[in-house]
Amino acid sequence: MTALAVRGGRKKSSGGLQIGRPSFLWSLPALLYFVVCALVPLGVVIWLSFTSWNALGSPAWVGTDNWTSLFHDATLIHSFKVTAILTGLGILTQTPVSLLLGVWAAGHERNRAILSALYFIPLLMSATAISIVWLSLLNPYYGLPRELHWLFDNSLLGHGYLFSYTGTAIGVLTFVGMWQWTPFHTLIYQGGARAIPEVLYQAAAIDGAGRVRQFFSITLPQLRNTIITSVVLILVGSFTTFDSILILTAGRPGVSTTSTSYYMYVNGFEKFQFGNASVIGVLLVVVTTLISLIVVRVSGWDKMRSTQEGV
Amino acid sequence: MTSSAQPGRRPNYAAGVLTAGWLVIVLAPIYVLVKASLQTQTDYNSSGPLSIPDHVTPSNFGTVIHSGFLRYFVNTAIITAAVVAIVVVLVPPVAFAIVRNRGRTVTLVFRIFLLGLTVPVQAVIVPLYFVITKVGLYDTLIAVILPTAAFSLPLSTIIMTGSMRDITGDLYEAMALEGATSWHIFRHLVLPLARGGMATIIIFSALNAWNGFLLPLILSQSAHVRVFTLGLYDFQTVSSINAPAICAAVVLSIVPILVVYLFARRALIRGLMGVGGK
Repeated sequence: MTALAVRGGRKKSSGGLQIGRPSFLWSLPALLYFVVCALVPLGVVIWLSFTSWNALGSPAWVGTDNWTSLFHDATLIHSFKVTAILTGLGILTQTPVSLLLGVWAAGHERNRAILSALYFIPLLMSATAISIVWLSLLNPYYGLPRELHWLFDNSLLGHGYLFSYTGTAIGVLTFVGMWQWTPFHTLIYQGGARAIPEVLYQAAAIDGAGRVRQFFSITLPQLRNTIITSVVLILVGSFTTFDSILILTAGRPGVSTTSTSYYMYVNGFEKFQFGNASVIGVLLVVVTTLISLIVVRVSGWDKMRSTQEGV
Repeated sequence: MTSSAQPGRRPNYAAGVLTAGWLVIVLAPIYVLVKASLQTQTDYNSSGPLSIPDHVTPSNFGTVIHSGFLRYFVNTAIITAAVVAIVVVLVPPVAFAIVRNRGRTVTLVFRIFLLGLTVPVQAVIVPLYFVITKVGLYDTLIAVILPTAAFSLPLSTIIMTGSMRDITGDLYEAMALEGATSWHIFRHLVLPLARGGMATIIIFSALNAWNGFLLPLILSQSAHVRVFTLGLYDFQTVSSINAPAICAAVVLSIVPILVVYLFARRALIRGLMGVGGK
């Protein structure tokens, strides 16, 4: 889970007082730890992408062999398509629901607080636990498809065999992703909606604007940064979805739900072709960083102010 | 407060349908999870997931505990405690430096942590596996602890920085005028006033470590270092037809988080909500 809502920029210097200001050394322990455990591996992955290594012995330098062979790998190219589809569906399903729920939950009535607490439950569960529960629930022989055959017994839902067809398998991953992540994005929108000044709504009400009009003319524009944040988190999150694919579909049927990050895992930890896996790792870093940089630039994210007001 | 919260207006039926519908979608699996964990496999298979059970039994929990989950529970607890300890020791000083030291070097440090937010763990599992194997830590708890803590640092630092920025400059100046050292200010001003941020980063990193799956998956293999999520995954693969036992295992994995949630709900929600910004 990542977040980038940061108070950027430096405040105007509050006096020239230098006494009691911490030196650079205060940041050194955390910096060293982070560089060694997280950034050094980033360098290592680039080097490994030019080697051949099968987990035994030492990596052997093979130049750009992995790169050229992977660019002709149909499964890799297909995995980008799968990732893009899962990401697009994630944004299309999670954003409207969590936006509406979050704006609704921003009200201060008691019943909203109770419902919000219930909505929150999936956030406490690990992706592993959520995937395992849904795998059991959607089992065609003992799960919901048999019990609710009036709902599942049609060709749209594969007559209950959801994991056997490409369309329904993608649908399962999208739905489980929605179940897992909507509470988180609802909270983000709830925080955003609470920060909208009440006076805007009062002014609109005086001007005779109805509920729908207020939502489109005040709430949506005011939530612009929140929407950007939420969408980027879904983007980066979908790119790296791994647990649910491994547990729910294992990339099947065929390779039709094999996303890029899952394909990397398969290459490395199932086929023991760590050179190939490293190439995909480098691609993942480049793509996710690019997305974040573009969004930060477009949205002026780094200039955003307080994140905790209105809580 | 949003417009729809104002009294004396016609009820918002659309909101009612949406919120009730979503509530069913959220609660139905939770109901099945808890109910199935108390049913025998035969009952569950013959009556279906949603049905009301005729009788309940705690025997699934016995099955789960006998298949090694106590060990996994302890391993996960050790990893979680260690990750929280590392985060709590490393993050407050760096956040203090970022907020109060305006130098270029510290600004660069902040940028590095910002960049770190966008690095997905997935991307570095291969080099992590390589490095951990080469230094001989593979299949130990330390192998899981070190990177898990590292990937908790960026978000924790951002949250802590936000929390420390809420301390007004006047308070710093007042202490500085009395000649307080930075250590003194950190100890007696920053730490007490940043307690909220501290609670949030503790819960965040704990949740992250407790629910972690990918790093244990690639950095450990033996049963004696297995964590809860991996135990669930393995259990699911070997006894995939025994849904009630799987549900019991999942319930056990959630209980500790639920307890924390009940006691520290505010800190958790404040942190998550803060992510969205204005």
